[in-house]
Amino acid sequence: MSTRRRFNPRQLPANAAGAIDDRFQVASPLRNVLNKVFPDHWSFLLGEIALFSFIVLLLTGTFLTLFFDPSMEEVTYNGSYTPLQGVEMSRAYASSLDISFDVRGGLIMRQMHHWAALLFMASLIVHMFRVFFTGAFRKPRELNWVIGITLFALGLFEGLFGYSLPDDGLSGTGMRVTFALIQSIPIIGSWLAISLAGGEFPGTLLIPRLYIAHVLLIPGLILALIAVHVGLVFKQKHTQWPGPGRTEHNVVGYRMFPNYVSKQISFFMIVFAVTALLGGLFQINPIWLFGPYNPAVVSAASQPDWYAMFLDGLVRIFPAWETRFLGYTISPLFWAGIVGMGLIITLAAIYPFLEARFTKDKAHHNLLERPRDNPNRTALGAMAITFYMVLLLSGVNDVIAERFNISLNAMTWAGRIGLLLLPPLAYYITHRICLGLQQHDREVLVHGVETGIIRRLPDGRFEEVHQPLGPVDEHGHGQLEYAGWAVPKKMNRLGALGAAVKGFFVPIEGPTPDGKGAPQAEQVEAGQKREEVTTGR
Amino acid sequence: MTTQTADRVMAGGAEATATEPIDVNDPSLSRFDLVREGMRRDGVEIVYYEPRFPVPGTKEEKRIVRFIAFCFLMTGVASLAFLAAFIWWPWEYEPGANINKWYTPVLGITMGVALLGIGVGLTVWAKKLLPDEVVVQERHDGPSPDDERKITGATLLHIGEETGLARRPLLKGALTLGLAPVGLMAAAPLVGGLIQRPGDLLVTTGWGPGVRLVHEDGTPVRPEDVSVGGQITVFPGVPGGTRGATAGDSATLLIHLRPEDAEETRRNALPINRGAQWGNFVAYSKICTHAGCPASLYEQQSNRLLCPCHQSQFLITDNARPVFGPAARRLPQLPIEVDEEGFFVAKSDYLTPVGPSFWERE
Repeated sequence: MSTRRRFNPRQLPANAAGAIDDRFQVASPLRNVLNKVFPDHWSFLLGEIALFSFIVLLLTGTFLTLFFDPSMEEVTYNGSYTPLQGVEMSRAYASSLDISFDVRGGLIMRQMHHWAALLFMASLIVHMFRVFFTGAFRKPRELNWVIGITLFALGLFEGLFGYSLPDDGLSGTGMRVTFALIQSIPIIGSWLAISLAGGEFPGTLLIPRLYIAHVLLIPGLILALIAVHVGLVFKQKHTQWPGPGRTEHNVVGYRMFPNYVSKQISFFMIVFAVTALLGGLFQINPIWLFGPYNPAVVSAASQPDWYAMFLDGLVRIFPAWETRFLGYTISPLFWAGIVGMGLIITLAAIYPFLEARFTKDKAHHNLLERPRDNPNRTALGAMAITFYMVLLLSGVNDVIAERFNISLNAMTWAGRIGLLLLPPLAYYITHRICLGLQQHDREVLVHGVETGIIRRLPDGRFEEVHQPLGPVDEHGHGQLEYAGWAVPKKMNRLGALGAAVKGFFVPIEGPTPDGKGAPQAEQVEAGQKREEVTTGR
Repeated sequence: MTTQTADRVMAGGAEATATEPIDVNDPSLSRFDLVREGMRRDGVEIVYYEPRFPVPGTKEEKRIVRFIAFCFLMTGVASLAFLAAFIWWPWEYEPGANINKWYTPVLGITMGVALLGIGVGLTVWAKKLLPDEVVVQERHDGPSPDDERKITGATLLHIGEETGLARRPLLKGALTLGLAPVGLMAAAPLVGGLIQRPGDLLVTTGWGPGVRLVHEDGTPVRPEDVSVGGQITVFPGVPGGTRGATAGDSATLLIHLRPEDAEETRRNALPINRGAQWGNFVAYSKICTHAGCPASLYEQQSNRLLCPCHQSQFLITDNARPVFGPAARRLPQLPIEVDEEGFFVAKSDYLTPVGPSFWERE
């Protein structure tokens, strides 16, 4: 009666928070999330690009489903794209043309969708390289590596099915090859191909079935796996580079809120912006130029999207080894397309277990390794990338042959020979580079940084002055141990010649209490006065 | 409760992070003290913490704030520009060069700039205005404590024991025999409905005895339609022969060879291909025996047919033998003749299956 409750808007958030906690008891778990620490390094953001482009894919893809008609019924086109008016085509192709020409903003959505798909696969692969070369896949994160490889395989099929939906001249050819690949599987091949396509190729069920796989089954799986992938990163906490105060048992970085989450949102916006700019400014997959699919027509330079190109390359350069026995046939397509793809993906997926087995390494690893510190793994990675690149280039060998006026057959042979010779060569070279880099790190730790200052000794010899990185022993040798992280090799890294470069490509460390501000050249001179200059011998 | 902002925090300094529990109801605590207590409870330690601008209102700070504000305002402007372009820019397709062709680029630029504005503004905010910090959190990875594992293991085993499956073999057997078929039952309609018998789908095409060779528009082909050294694609003159669901495997290449090449081809003909040639005309399946692309690049001088998908090459004058690339088999030859009206007809269907290999083939 006496005190009438007055509505105070400033109290509202606190009241709401209180009401929520009354019911769900979230105070400590929420705080736990707010306080979660993430290590910071630019390379940790590569996977995020894949995540964000997937969100763009979901958004644009949903829009496209509202206009796309996955039907192979033959219709006569009478939309506004004049060159194709009156042409017989499937409804799928006609509705894709409608999205491009008769839906307001439809073309940019289609192009953003395609660009985001390329970005998804590209960032996924680069992210995989990062994880591989830094050893981030080691125990306890093997499962997440396997999920990542599965995402790559799913993404490949999702993309292949996606660009096949418009049923244009180019993508139909891709589907024809896919049908042939399935058909080549021993024993069940013809049953499987006919069953999946619902009859003879092309039939009338292929596009509707690709459609439901592309918009429901595969994205559902991808979404679920991404959720588990990110959930595991959250649960297991992110790996970190070695550095001051960083151990296997802690995470050093920024708190999730507000710092990390602002960067996440801004990065999402930037990825989204790049997709929008690509989708608006750069034409991709101009299906209206390819015409409707016709099994009797193909143009030169028919290639899949780049992420499937390595398979096409393998199919191209694989020799014509057809086996026939007891009246049965195994096509070379089976070895190249099915066994080849299966082996490549399986080997990648089980790599963490192979490495652990061969190195007998059962320990938990939360600190990353620099690629040079594990020459074997780095060299194997370089070998794999070389293998992949030879296949990828073989996937466009006709274009290369045409552009550079090389014989097509020579390109095929170059791919065959290169596939066998170049990977071991890459292994050897990378291994040597890693050892050389390791050696140089140790050399700088022992002898100090080259100052570029040449000194003439009383006996006439010339020597370069070296700046040791720490205290030296009686021989003038530094006593610092290699700590698994970058050794400064230039004087400006030590604060000479102005401020050390600190930013995008180097870890953003908290500065030492007195290291802040522009260090002056006098520090080096002070070092010299302290007689820390050695001959480096 | 005071709400003073947190100052510099450094490990080992006077304001070293509290490691002892504090009384959260102590009225003298600052808000930051509470934050640190929360971190302590969550296993998080601030070792370094410093506002970017300890003295508020400096020129540099104002400059950064202005820049961020500019970014966000740019987002607003670009978003409105996007809306305006979306609504008013002429977008319908018109042939030729015209302003309508700029619709998609304009949308892309305005949308891109709008989103970049948020992205850049927020990045600068996080990097230049949010306090600089080094925070350490304990990891609790590795196995659960031994006793926990033991207890949970025992619980699981106990549950297993409670079901009594081990003691009751009848139930175990019934469970396996009775319930396993449920999985098969669930799979049957899902998979079974899809299964189709290949039958002769992969073996036969639209061709057959007396079927006319027609152009893509359905008009029949006469020998005069193909010049010497030329080639055209022909289809079976049956319903659905030129386009659509069943036309995938019938496309055929009709080649008018030069007399000397025709002679050579006839000489080389394998037993299966004898009599397939009509005069100087040969017809081969256009569907590549490697992966099913139409092998459509015919090089007149060398009489080679190249498939642009995977570069298999076939020598037409020698029964379309694969001479290079991944294809392992010849292109099947279609036996042709000319009917009394002077149009090409097939003498039969292909004698071997067209297209890529499969298990049951030959």
